[in-house]
Amino acid sequence: MTQAEIRGEAPGADYTFAYLDEQTKRMIRRALLKALAVPGYQVPFASREMPMPYGWGTGGVQVSAAVLTPEDTLKVIDQGADDTTNAVSIRKFFQKTAGIAVTEHTGEATVIQTRHRIPEAPLTEGQILVYQVPIPEPLRFLEPRETETRRMHALEEYGLMHVKLYEDIARHGEIATAYAYPVKIEGRYVMDPSPIPKFDNPKLRMAAIQLFGAGREQRIYALPPYTEVVSLDFEDHPFVPGKAEGACALCGSETSYLDEVIVDDRGGRMFVCSDTDYCAGRRAAGYRGEMAAEEGGA
Amino acid sequence: MDVQALSGGFADTPREAAQAFRAALTAMARPGRIEDVAGARPPAPLSVAAGTLLLVLADPATPVHLAGPLDRPEIRDWLRFHTGAPLSDRAGAVFAVGRWADLLPLDAYSLGTPDYPDRSATLIVEMDALDATGARLTGPGIETSHGLSLPEISAFRANRARFPLGLDFFFTAGVRLAALPRSTHVEAV
Ligand SMILES: [Zn+2]
Repeated sequence: MTQAEIRGEAPGADYTFAYLDEQTKRMIRRALLKALAVPGYQVPFASREMPMPYGWGTGGVQVSAAVLTPEDTLKVIDQGADDTTNAVSIRKFFQKTAGIAVTEHTGEATVIQTRHRIPEAPLTEGQILVYQVPIPEPLRFLEPRETETRRMHALEEYGLMHVKLYEDIARHGEIATAYAYPVKIEGRYVMDPSPIPKFDNPKLRMAAIQLFGAGREQRIYALPPYTEVVSLDFEDHPFVPGKAEGACALCGSETSYLDEVIVDDRGGRMFVCSDTDYCAGRRAAGYRGEMAAEEGGA
Repeated sequence: MDVQALSGGFADTPREAAQAFRAALTAMARPGRIEDVAGARPPAPLSVAAGTLLLVLADPATPVHLAGPLDRPEIRDWLRFHTGAPLSDRAGAVFAVGRWADLLPLDAYSLGTPDYPDRSATLIVEMDALDATGARLTGPGIETSHGLSLPEISAFRANRARFPLGLDFFFTAGVRLAALPRSTHVEAV
């Protein structure tokens, strides 16, 4: 007889915290510990149906649900912004199912779930960054069969990956991959950092814990703090993070990752920080970009 | 079944399991960092920390090996009642718990496979005390180096040499725990 049987509970009838039942959380938690023990290796897990479609970050949501405690403060970003439909709905989901505090300020968050960006402000030891991952397998475009890619990782057969990158150089004069740029972890596993811009790759070695969840593909992987992360490159073509030329039109930052936005129907364009909290923080501190006057009048 | 088996679980499972897991996650992500946990009150001589880890992680899908004197009726009943985990020999164990001498030999446990290195055992090593001195740890999760009072050195060096295969360890003493994943380099100082 077990405790659940004594309480006469059907599976899933427990009071839940953060939506998932305790059995599912245990399974995900075990996968997370193994993922941390073998950095960059993709641990299979039995992904659950979530009350949101795939592509809305069901992998990241399941990882967040397994790590959140009632004391956490959650931030959710989508392409750097806290206010997109996707980010807002995930934030509301955890407010409703876990009753936790939420924030838009990077420095106040203990858990940050992200899609496609790493915040500009350096993360700290008390923080966990959870990535929503669409395609966890960096070798997938070279080899569609899961059994084969698993073998390639087991044997460290990463030659084809280098061939692909070198073909880029032959064709374009440089490595054309701008997002989900592959990295090698501690000299062992090649890993997909999720579709972050390669500009963010140097930030992958950080003080915070990084957890990656792919819902549809049912994979979890992780980077402990300070793990060595090397973007794949060649001696004669070293990795270049790259960034749009120019400064943020709102806060004037010349070092942040910029999005190009259309400002009028005459094709007028400007660059603004993709990280909305970073940009707002700079403006609050008095920094101004070239569009700041117009913004002040709006 | 002894009535003692029915007590000593979490009072509020979702909350206490989440808090204890965060401590376990932090420990595994930061090898050598000592964390406190609470929640389980298992039968002696199982520690609060080892009992709490089992409540957080073990269930009917994870065979557990009770090593040496821990393999006694009160602990078997407590584990079965609160987790539903089946008991196992070393080879079939997903988790093994016991004192270092009772857990040996390490080559009896699953190391995972080249295709699935995650399918390896996690050992929960009961210690008299834990402190941040002794072996020097370096590797993922550690900015420069960290000290931890390990029961020996050579077994962990041999385990690291098999990476990405290998065992992962929690060390428990009273309410405290620390972890040593297979990725950590261990040196005597
Ligand atoms: Zn800006």
